Amino acid sequence: MTTTMQEPEINQKLIESHGITAEEYKKICEILDREPNFTELGIFSVMWSEHCSYKNSRPVLKLFPREGKNLLVKAGEENAGVVDIGDGLAICFKIESHNHPSAVEPFQGAATGVGGIIRDIFTMGARPILSMNSLRFGSLDKTQNKNYLCGVVGGIAHYGNCIGIPTVGGEIYFDESYEGNPLVNAFCLGIMRHEDLVKGSAKGVGNSVYYVGATTGRDGLGGAAFASRELTEESQEDRPAVQVGDPFMEKLLLEACLELAKSDAIVGMQDMGAAGLTCSTCETAARGNAGIEIDLARVPKRETGMVPYEIMLSESQERMLVIVKKGKEKVVKDIFEKWDLHSVKLGEVKDGNLMKVFENGKLVAEIPAKALTDEAPIYQREMKEPDYLKKVRNLDLKNIPEPHDYNQVLLKLLDTPTIASKAWIYEQYDHMVRTDTVFLPGHDAALVRIKGTKKGIAISTDCNGLYCYLDPYEGGKIAVAEAARNVACSGAKPLAITNCLNFGNPMNPDIFWQFRKAVDGISEACRAFETPVTGGNVSFYNESPKGAIYPTPTIGMVGILDDIKLRVPSFFQNVGDTIYLLGETFEELGGSQYLLLEHGLRQGIPPKLDLKKERALQDLILSCAKARLLNSAHDLSDGGLAVALSESLLGKINHPLGATVNLDFGKHLRRDSLLFGETQSRILVSLNPKKEHEFEAQAKRNGVPYFKIGQVTKGGLQIQSLINLSSEQIEKTYREAIPGRMN
Amino acid sequence: MKAAVIVFPGSNCDSDCWHVLNDVMETKVQYVWHKETSLPDIDLVVLPGGFSYGDYLRTGAVARFSPVMNAVQKHAKSTKPVIGICNGFQILLETGLLPGAMLRNRSLRFVCKYVYLKTENNKTTFTNRLAKDEVLQIPIAHGEGNYFCDEKTLEELETGNQIVFRYASERGELGGRFNPNGSLGHIAGIVNKEGNVLGMMPHPERASEEVLSSDDGRKIWESILNSLK
Repeated sequence: MTTTMQEPEINQKLIESHGITAEEYKKICEILDREPNFTELGIFSVMWSEHCSYKNSRPVLKLFPREGKNLLVKAGEENAGVVDIGDGLAICFKIESHNHPSAVEPFQGAATGVGGIIRDIFTMGARPILSMNSLRFGSLDKTQNKNYLCGVVGGIAHYGNCIGIPTVGGEIYFDESYEGNPLVNAFCLGIMRHEDLVKGSAKGVGNSVYYVGATTGRDGLGGAAFASRELTEESQEDRPAVQVGDPFMEKLLLEACLELAKSDAIVGMQDMGAAGLTCSTCETAARGNAGIEIDLARVPKRETGMVPYEIMLSESQERMLVIVKKGKEKVVKDIFEKWDLHSVKLGEVKDGNLMKVFENGKLVAEIPAKALTDEAPIYQREMKEPDYLKKVRNLDLKNIPEPHDYNQVLLKLLDTPTIASKAWIYEQYDHMVRTDTVFLPGHDAALVRIKGTKKGIAISTDCNGLYCYLDPYEGGKIAVAEAARNVACSGAKPLAITNCLNFGNPMNPDIFWQFRKAVDGISEACRAFETPVTGGNVSFYNESPKGAIYPTPTIGMVGILDDIKLRVPSFFQNVGDTIYLLGETFEELGGSQYLLLEHGLRQGIPPKLDLKKERALQDLILSCAKARLLNSAHDLSDGGLAVALSESLLGKINHPLGATVNLDFGKHLRRDSLLFGETQSRILVSLNPKKEHEFEAQAKRNGVPYFKIGQVTKGGLQIQSLINLSSEQIEKTYREAIPGRMN
Repeated sequence: MKAAVIVFPGSNCDSDCWHVLNDVMETKVQYVWHKETSLPDIDLVVLPGGFSYGDYLRTGAVARFSPVMNAVQKHAKSTKPVIGICNGFQILLETGLLPGAMLRNRSLRFVCKYVYLKTENNKTTFTNRLAKDEVLQIPIAHGEGNYFCDEKTLEELETGNQIVFRYASERGELGGRFNPNGSLGHIAGIVNKEGNVLGMMPHPERASEEVLSSDDGRKIWESILNSLK
């Protein structure tokens, strides 16, 4: 039996339940010059939600550097930024969160997160060629978090594998801060010829508005509004707000839309993601400075008895809105028939500025399109430095005893899921389909080739949430610097970033302060590396009953390698190669994995980052890569030098190399901070001894401190008298940490 | 040599196979859409990997009813070569061109990684450029690659020399540890009795160029070209 919803009367309670404040309601009445009806109230509520309007974050996001010489589409202009990479090609990429849906329904929440970000890319006319993800969970010692991990990884695999876009890498942290509010950030990158760029705008009076793809149901009703609330004990009851994905349907939609993009039949295309039909209709109209009219009776539905409110707010997946040139309707029809997909004309582009929604010819909503987008409310939120900082930043190393057994500490670090091998995860993702994956996951950056050119694209996603908790400004800077360093270690030049800013409730001045400081840090670093922000996503309200998550501004850095032959792997390659450490080491243990694991402390001041030194270091790596001086380059991050050395041994499964290392350069430092400290701007490289002279000369020219610390050996990690472990034990510990907890 | 890569809705290794045949092996290759009822003038049919029709029912179960499959059957019956990779192998099983069925991986998880294959039969259209027992490093990527058949069929496969590849260690040893999905007899690829239809779960098209981690898969394409000379 199907029931048809009775449209409720508009009253105070209904307005509040839509998350609309009294002030906002007054503004709505002013815009319409009357009270809204139920459908219109629903439309305003989703479009003015934080998720769609960025009403709390927009003034701060404007601080990001968004200019750059290679940008074809800048942040905020379209669904995703577009960067020229030469040869007539451009890339288009973005990262987006699906945290709340994944907390409630991990498998479908993560799957539709992947589906949504892929649509954002092909809606621009680009062919998606790779995905990445950035995940955060509570400790794997708890069953609930294991279930989250299984569900989320399973969902990403389900969607990405079926649609045939390789998931080539990512990053993951496990920390109690994400207990009950896991983070699922999905990244996708596509490639296109310049002339195939499609914009998401409705232009040309009389052009047809088409609905293509899957049918509309009641799934995902009000998902955007749901994503703009904190998670509570009752959130499980919001499960209908989570959508269900069909990757097969999206694969067909992708192929059909890309065929369409190559035709001359369309003026614009926009995916129906958050706020579905509502968002795609008013955004295309607003961008095109036009009016738009649609009739909901023509929408293909999978359920009967749906009222306009439900049709407009549904977040059913795998649907697109296409603006078709008058007279070219048959081109669209033919392409979609070939792929056995719906294509239905809903209405037309009109003069004026109104979005008019009809049902069987009866007007059910009439709103100026820009009132829903550009003119949505904007708030300057209050901020203040949180009190917790004084307490957690206070750390006296004199009270921290140095360990007796460094071997045990290193093994403990390697056995930590945050540091250990992520093969259990990435082996569930098809990371090789499309046959472009040059670096298999596990490298500092993912690297894919571009067929038909010599070029490669390197990508890294990064963010250390604990650093951001201890110092959001420095943490934001470091997130960008580490992502850039990872990309540079592969030999690629960092080009631009996208970001996914995961924070708690922005109404809390403490949280808003974290947000603002992190944005400042990211902006400063982006200026230093000349990597503009091309777009991204803000996810607020990441709080569980236990409190807010660590501020987690995830950075997705994209770089370009002009000649794929000049790539540098992250792992040692040859016995006898010389090992150098680039960059100085300081006594910086604050926020380190070592302090957390060995001493149970989430404390101290995170490492300081000097952007000038960092830039010089990255420039050095790039010039050495170009001169083919390096056999490997690996960035130092969580777990410091000892962990980086261990990882460098493990390039080939079951065939680890070894290293003998001398730490005389750091005699003045505590041994634990020398081995496990996380001082920034450091890279471990290996090279043929014959190239030492040229390498050192180059490092001198760039003003980068270098330390010749050892040699690659057949087996065993020997670091003075402190560490003496067999490579087999290192490999076993590193590779079995996650499977051992999951199986 | 002229080849056709069949494209089903949901195929996603079609362009990879096309790339290897066209750009790496420099042969003539074309796509054939699943709604076609006949094949063009070609020597080799490639059924590529992917998730035909979403594989929501059973892998390959719907694709076998695609119009083009009648023509593929006819092609196979005329003893011209057919290679089914991953989902293509699953479709060949559903069509009955090869015996047996696929179960879900023993781990119940999708698995994508490099594995080692031992060449059991190097006298086929697809393996004549390989040595007997030669070990190849080629990746797998599937959720249902756990090959299964009844005892009688297995015996026939063994005695008929129809098992072409088995999962093995890098030194060619057989054992559960080296079997990534639990398949019966460590089977990774089989041919039909006539020897012109090969189904294999590993993806040779993903390991046919030096820039990708292995180019061992190239030898399979070279064998096919060699036999069609």
